[in-house]
Amino acid sequence: MKVLLRNPRRELDIPGPRRVHALLNDLDLNRESHLVIRNGTLVPSDEELGADDVVEIRPVISGGSL
Amino acid sequence: MKCRVCREPAIIDVPRHNANFCAPHFLDMCRKQVLKAIDDFDMLTKDDRILVAVSGGKDSLAIWDMLIDLGYEADGLYIGLGIGSYSDVSGDYARAFAAERGLKLVEISLRDDYGYDIPTATRATRRVPCSACGMSKRHLFDKAALDGNYTALVTGHNLDDEAAVLYGNTLRWELPYLARQLPTLPARNGFPKKVKPLVRLSERETAAWCVVRGIDYLVDECPMAAGNRHLNYKDALNKIESQSPGTKTAFYLNFVDKVAPLLSAFALSDDLVLAPCNSCGAPTTGEVCAFCHLVKTASAHEPVPVELITGRGARRR
Ligand code: SF4
Ligand SMILES: [Zn+2]
Ligand SMILES: [Zn+2]
Repeated sequence: MKVLLRNPRRELDIPGPRRVHALLNDLDLNRESHLVIRNGTLVPSDEELGADDVVEIRPVISGGSL
Repeated sequence: MKCRVCREPAIIDVPRHNANFCAPHFLDMCRKQVLKAIDDFDMLTKDDRILVAVSGGKDSLAIWDMLIDLGYEADGLYIGLGIGSYSDVSGDYARAFAAERGLKLVEISLRDDYGYDIPTATRATRRVPCSACGMSKRHLFDKAALDGNYTALVTGHNLDDEAAVLYGNTLRWELPYLARQLPTLPARNGFPKKVKPLVRLSERETAAWCVVRGIDYLVDECPMAAGNRHLNYKDALNKIESQSPGTKTAFYLNFVDKVAPLLSAFALSDDLVLAPCNSCGAPTTGEVCAFCHLVKTASAHEPVPVELITGRGARRR
């Protein structure tokens, strides 16, 4: 599957199928600070991502103090 | 995974509620949390004239969207900070959001209206970027709210923001800051009422609100935020949260409920000595307020591009 990551923006090829929580673990990303999006829709953590899927892993943490 | 409410397939798991939700029931959960915050902390009434501080990021667009969705009337305020392409793009998102919904967006530009920008102010003051930035924003939010006769200023601070600030202030036992860290600050001494209706939602949830509602927002981070303390605190709290879901919620909401009332004596102490700034009239403890001082220093400095602050040029100094 194709995985789009941000900060910095990059794309990875990862063999599938793979469950969302396993993918986040593999990439050492905390579920609390990321959303996984496939075709514009959120994907919950137990969902299986297929080998042909294109997914975005979107960080949700904003910096800065106000 | 099935939705806790309707048993249809879920789109998101929310570990702190030990629940999964489909899209419509996730939005319902968010609305309920915001309404509960508004109600518990006496934030807003339908008669309030509301100004939302909008950055083009997920939180401010989510709360503006939710308030309109819940039947409140609210205008937006966008401040152009002059942080290179980050500011250009964030302004585009804020303007597009307002235009698509026929909402009013008030705009201020630091460079055009005050003769400086945040990278230049950072270099001129030799402090961390968020210091000049936060101070400029706080001053201009207050001023815009008062000038426009708004009765309430809404900011998009979420549970993670508040928990991180609380964590930092607690590590240092900053009592006056702790005492002031409330979800609602009533109007006083020329400052408008300030409220944070997103304090019961995590930033994962406010981002998910935007995705589900189809709101385009600026995902990329402010280039000047990298490595600041606030991000380290969020990181630390999220490590704890993933082991024990609900910790951030308990940490912050129990503070507001049980500890903040005990600290109220510390909060009022600077109230007594405020007088109008000689230059702009804003309440201040000195003759000239910190903002007017910053404007003077930063506008006298030659413009500094953001790359000089964030790139290698910054380290060499
Ligand atoms: S991260 Fe800091 S410099 Fe960037 S917008 Fe936020 S407060 Fe300003
Ligand atoms: Zn449902
Ligand atoms: Zn002043």
